[in-house]
Amino acid sequence: MLTLAHFLTLGALLFAISVAGIFLNRRNVLILLMCIELMLLAVNMNFVAFSRFMDVMDGQVFVFFILTVAAAEAAIGLAILVVLFRNRRSIAVGELSDLKG
Amino acid sequence: MPIIEIVFYLFGAVLIASALSVVTVGNPVYAVLFLVLSFFSAACIWLLLQAEFLAIVLVLVYVGAVMVLFLFVVMMLDVDGEQRRLQIGRYLPVGFLVAVAMAAQLFVLIWTQGLELQAMPEPYPESFSHTRALGELLYTDYLYAFEVAAILLLVAIIAAIALTHRRRPKTRYQDPSDQVKITKGERVRLVSMASERETSEARGGNGDKS
Repeated sequence: MLTLAHFLTLGALLFAISVAGIFLNRRNVLILLMCIELMLLAVNMNFVAFSRFMDVMDGQVFVFFILTVAAAEAAIGLAILVVLFRNRRSIAVGELSDLKG
Repeated sequence: MPIIEIVFYLFGAVLIASALSVVTVGNPVYAVLFLVLSFFSAACIWLLLQAEFLAIVLVLVYVGAVMVLFLFVVMMLDVDGEQRRLQIGRYLPVGFLVAVAMAAQLFVLIWTQGLELQAMPEPYPESFSHTRALGELLYTDYLYAFEVAAILLLVAIIAAIALTHRRRPKTRYQDPSDQVKITKGERVRLVSMASERETSEARGGNGDKS
């Protein structure tokens, strides 16, 4: 029998995988952005599951807004990446030390 | 086992497997394609939860627009995979440890709070329209947030264009400010001259042309 816990487990697994992905792919900004998209997908999965099981539609409206923010974030992130590549001919994270942070 | 569980476990397994592939495969092009697969499986699971509109939007907007944007950028930048593949082993233990710890904590939380007793609710009646229910909520209670989201998208468009647009020195463009500030004196020059008599050559030339 499928319960709320099954769907939340799926979301938790997805979130843990994407956190691991951020550690594994520290060198590659592109895959880091993809891991963030996966995290947002995990959050959305929880929202949809709770909304269905509690029978409150408002959770799915928030999925809408998360999708909007994720799209804006992807567009601006990729634009920054393109500018970065145009200026430095490389997108390796290790070489981005100009700010001396 | 009822069909709904088979579908859940099938698409859940595909989702987890493709998410694992996204983070472990070295090539960014393959990673984007696996990401598309995972979004697609997630949309199928949302269909199980009767969120039809969101599932369709996820496929259309995410797979159709955002992932294609990713693919464009991945193919525009030539990323050398060699250097990356050498580094993947270095952070494997700590990444694995953090992920396992986080997943264990979440599982304890999920499976001890009585959430596993919440059975799947009865399916909505056939006359129920998910799109209608979502739309009614979105355009009444959340109208203000909806408009803020629209402005957010506008800001994202402007930011993306402003960041990536570059002005080439040879490009010709209009300056509306200059165009508006023009005065009559700069465009029209009035010359006072004596009136002239029409000559026969001019009339003949005109006649030939027409």
